[in-house]
Formats: sequence, C-alpha cells, structure tokens
Amino acid sequence: MPARETTIHVCHGTGCVSGGAEGVYALLEARSRSGLRLKRTGCHGFCQQGPVVVLEPEGTFYCRVQTTDVDEIIASALPEGQPVEHLLYRDPTTGRPISKYQDIPFYARQERILLRNCGTIDPEDIDDYLANGGYRALFRALETPPEEIVEEIKRSGLRGLGGAGFPAGRKWEACYRAPGPEKFVVCNGDEGDPGAFQDRSVMEGDPHAVLEGMVIAGYAVGASRGYIYVRAEYPLAVKRLQLAIEQARQRGFLGRHILDRDFSFDIEVFQGAGAFVCGESTALVSSIEGNRGFPKPLPRPRTTESGLWGRPTLLNNVKTFAYVPKIILHGAAWFAARGTERSKGTAVFSLTGKVANCGLIEVPMGTTLREIIFEIGGGIPGGKRFKAVQTGGPSGGCLPADLLDLPVDFDSLTAAGSMMGSGGMVVVDEDTCMVDLARYFLDFSQRESCGQCLPCRLGTRQMFAILDDITKGRGRPEDLARLEELGRLVARSSLCGLGQTAPNPVLTTLRYFREEYEAHVSGRRCPAGVCGL
Amino acid sequence: MKPELAVVKEILPAYEKDRGRLIPILQEVQASLGYLPEEAMVEIARYLGIPASHVYSVASFYAQFRLQPLGRRRIAVCRGTACHVRGAPEILKELEALTGIREGETSEDLEYTLETVACIGCCALAPCVRINEEVYGEMTRDKVRDLLPGPQEGHRDAG
Repeated sequence: MPARETTIHVCHGTGCVSGGAEGVYALLEARSRSGLRLKRTGCHGFCQQGPVVVLEPEGTFYCRVQTTDVDEIIASALPEGQPVEHLLYRDPTTGRPISKYQDIPFYARQERILLRNCGTIDPEDIDDYLANGGYRALFRALETPPEEIVEEIKRSGLRGLGGAGFPAGRKWEACYRAPGPEKFVVCNGDEGDPGAFQDRSVMEGDPHAVLEGMVIAGYAVGASRGYIYVRAEYPLAVKRLQLAIEQARQRGFLGRHILDRDFSFDIEVFQGAGAFVCGESTALVSSIEGNRGFPKPLPRPRTTESGLWGRPTLLNNVKTFAYVPKIILHGAAWFAARGTERSKGTAVFSLTGKVANCGLIEVPMGTTLREIIFEIGGGIPGGKRFKAVQTGGPSGGCLPADLLDLPVDFDSLTAAGSMMGSGGMVVVDEDTCMVDLARYFLDFSQRESCGQCLPCRLGTRQMFAILDDITKGRGRPEDLARLEELGRLVARSSLCGLGQTAPNPVLTTLRYFREEYEAHVSGRRCPAGVCGL
Repeated sequence: MKPELAVVKEILPAYEKDRGRLIPILQEVQASLGYLPEEAMVEIARYLGIPASHVYSVASFYAQFRLQPLGRRRIAVCRGTACHVRGAPEILKELEALTGIREGETSEDLEYTLETVACIGCCALAPCVRINEEVYGEMTRDKVRDLLPGPQEGHRDAG
C-alpha cells in the first residue's frame, strides 16, 4: 500500500497562537520524521476549540491540542494510523466524537468562498498561495482593458463588506472616471467594531488575496499606489501583510512593471493608532495624512474624486478586496448566483457571545439568523434561553427571538433597525441585561466620538448618562422617551457614520425589549440580575 | 543630551520629512522609549517642520500613544462585546484588586499599567486579557489570579 501523503496543518491565527499553537508546531517539527509534512496555516475559524490541528487530505480535526499530544498526533498521521480519539471534536448534544472537519455541524452548514484559503494555505508562503490559484486573476486582469474589469465588478453586484454595503462597482467606476495624474487605492483594515475579527482573520490567513485584489483595483482605476490601514491591535496581521508584500515584490506582482506590463503599483502597510472613528473613510484618509482622525464635514467631494492627499482614491474593506480575484477568475455570474436579490455572494461573520460554537463563519447572504445561531452556532450553551443577537457592533442593533427567521443581508438587517456592519454577531442569553448592553455600547461610542461635532460628542454622552442612571436604579419613567428623542436627534444631525449609527443599540433595545427598561425605571428591578438593583 | 532625545535623533533620519510620516514616527519612537516624552515630540516637530502643537494634537488623539511612562507589565483587559457579555467587568475588578491600581493607571513602582482595550479580536476566546504581547483567553477570576504575579512568558506549555 502506498504511503499516505499526510500534511499536518497547525492553525496560527491569533486565537490559536494565544492557546499555544507555536509550541505545538515547534515540537511537531522536532519530533516528526521525514515523510510527514507540516504547515502553518491561518485561521480555521473555530477559534474556541483552538489550538486547532488538521490532518489533510483526510480532514481529521483535532481541537484544544497541547504539546503533550504531539507524539499521538504524529502516530495518527503515519500510514494506517488511527485518529487520536481524545482530541476529536465531540458533538455537544450526543457526546459522540466527530473525526472529519466537514462533518462537524459548525463547518457543514457553511459555504467558505472568501475564507477558502484561510486555514488551508500557509499565509507566510507565496508558493502555497500560487499553488492554490493565487495571482491567476491578476494575470487575467492585466489582459483585460480596465473598463471591462470595472464592468465585471459592477455586474457581480458586489457590495462593500465594510458595513454600509455601497455597491463596489459604482465606487470603482467613479474612481476610474475621476481625472487626475495620481490616484490611490486604500484598503480599510481598521476593524474597530468590538466583537468582530473577520478582517483580522482574512489579513492573517490569506494576505495575498487582499494584495491581489488591491493590485487589480489599482490597474482598473489607474492608481499606482496603495495603502492598507491596519489597526494597531493586530500585530500578526501587520507582520503577515508585510511579509506578503515583500514576497509579491520579489515575484513581480508588485512594484515597477508588474508582470512586465506597463503598469506599476506598490503597497504600504499603514498602522492605525487606536481610534474607532478611523474606520470612517474620510477620517482614515486624514489619519494616513498625519492628522487627527477627523471625518470631513459635508458637503465634501466623494473620496473617489478627492481622497488621500486630495487625489481620487478607491477605498474598500479587506473582504471586498479579497473577493475581487475570485470574481475576476470565476466571473460576475458565478458570484451573483449566490445570495439574495440585492445582496450577492456570501457574508462572513464573527459569531461570538453566548453561543456553543464561537468562531469565524461564512454563509450565503440571505441565510437566516436561526440557521446561523442554532445550526452552525449550535445554539445556546448551558440550557439557557436565547434572548437577542447583536449585529453590526456599536453601529448596529439587538434583534429579538421573533426575528430569528430574518434573512441576513444588508437590507433586511437595516430595515430591522440593525445593520450588517463589518460582520460582528454577538449572541446573548437570558443572563444578559439589554439595558446594560445598551449602556455598554453607548459607553463605547461616547469614548470613541472624535469630538468634532456637537450632536455626537454631547449627545452620546448624555445618552450614556441616562442609561447609567437607569442601570444604577436612578432612572425615571420619562427617561425612555428622552432617550428616544435624543437618539433620533443624534442619528439625524451627527457629522459622520459613527454618530449617525451610535443610537442604534439604544433604539433597537427600546423597540424590542422595552419591558426590561420599564422594569428598571418603574420596578427598580433588573430582570436579568445584572444591574444589582 | 538626554538619552531619550538621542534615541529620537537616531530614529528620525530614516523617514522622509513629510508630515504624512508623523504617525509611523510616533509609533517607532514609542516602541523604543515606551512613551512619548515632551522633548521627543518637540524634536519630531522640528524634524518634520510642523508645529509642536500639531504633534501633540495627534499624539493625544490616538489611544495607542502614551504621554507618561508605562509599567513593565502592561495589562489590557478587552472590553469588546463578546468579552463584556462573558464577564470582562468582573475580570477588570479582579485585576484592579490584585494590582491596587485602577483602569488607566500605572503603579508607582512602574511594575503594572492597567488599561482596557476596545477589542483584541479574540472574541471566540472571550473574555480576554493581554499582558504585554501575550493574549490569554477564556479568563476567570481564578485564572487571572494565576497570571499575577505569575510567569513572564505566558501559559504556552502549561498544558
């Protein structure tokens, strides 16, 4: 019988590294004999079960691996080796071990397109990216006139995956048409929403996909320089992107005369310095220019006409760029075949909070909240009752149980008072107090308000003060109407998206969980027992 | 010349004299000195040809920049949403009790700085604490007590 060609994949996402993945890898390397291949990969998504080790091509999935398990893992990877039973994932309801990756419910219901490479390729090795079809889209793009690429992106229906869902193709077209001797491409990796880590996972796990998307964008709109703005809290993403940039330059995918064409484009990583507001495009631009991250007031020209250094600038999110090579390679129709009428493709979420299976997931747009939380997420642990799901971070809202059948796409979430945001999805159960949660988000927003405009600076502070009073037993019945009034005012009159969406967590909890507020102000009682009234 | 100033003067020549370089310069200076002393900011302003007030305005805007020296062990409690609903406020209280300082403070002996961070991005391992560069997930009050004044390296091989 021929020897199996097994490769041992050790996840090196931030989550698994914090659990000791590097020690596991080092020991595997020291103990393994020839014939066994080892690979460091990006995030598999099931961070809660980390450190994760996967044997490929069999797909044997080991979780919570420690250095003491290394010898057993090596034995299991040898020809005729048997899976190490105590490292297998156990179905939480039956307790039955599941040996294959693809049979675990967390993975079985997903459709991983954007995340296809995350967890399977070595993000520090360009050859692994190339072996999986990497940079083929760039070859194809450079054979195509730029306006046809812009058309293809438009036809695909791709919408910006950073939060607002603006049609990407329209942005590309505007930047393509904008006159100017110099243009820029900027990738927004300032993933500031607390409870969201999907951009980090893509930058850490598949950095070349982001670069390739940016180079194609640069070619399409006529830019020669790109920046990736990465938040300061993501050191591993910065390291992997910088390494990827160096490797891409060496192979001629970046720099002067890319692939010997008359097209030059280079990329620089710009590290953010810790300001949530810099996720807003004009604030981000201002930050790269060496200023405070202040959003620019309206009326102002669009970033596509006058962005970085006053030049036409194409600014998209990490995931939007990472999708570009796939659309170029497989075509707009392939992309548009997934999802709903107005939200095409797939959505990536960080599924966390009071849910059995936490991690990074990818599903077609239009999948219901129920499928995500109860099938992929495995429901609520500890026999507790589902109370709400928070999407979109501080800009989003909290949705109750009777909206669980809501399809997840840009428009449905917005209509329900929440939003897609950058993809955070935090599940809360009966032990979470919705007033305390609203207070938590307003605390965040008032800290992160840049202070430029009054409605946001003072309005969020005032809303926070009222919420703080309510959670401390000092609330008055008229506070609820005042919160709603203030919330509408802040949303209507703030200068940028931060202030315009900051009231959402309060307005949605007032809309769907009003009885909890009333219990606090009228009965001096916190039904969840959090506020200690 | 103060040693801090010498460090800054060594760092600066690698950068273009372009105000767009301000944030990367501040980051490198802080990485070397641990914080941004006033004389360092004045020197950076002189080098870039911009007002010192602009350097201060930027340094005081971003959460990453420190105008005071930090402790040897910088403890950051994540206050991301997933961490919040899984008990981060309790973790912070425990750390305040253990270190004797409050959020945002540095102990007098410069051993600890205690702060909160918007989100580390390890939400699936909530609640999280970061000590210097090391991230510790699934924290409880007991586990926090084990961390302080515990091992310097983290729990990598602790099994």
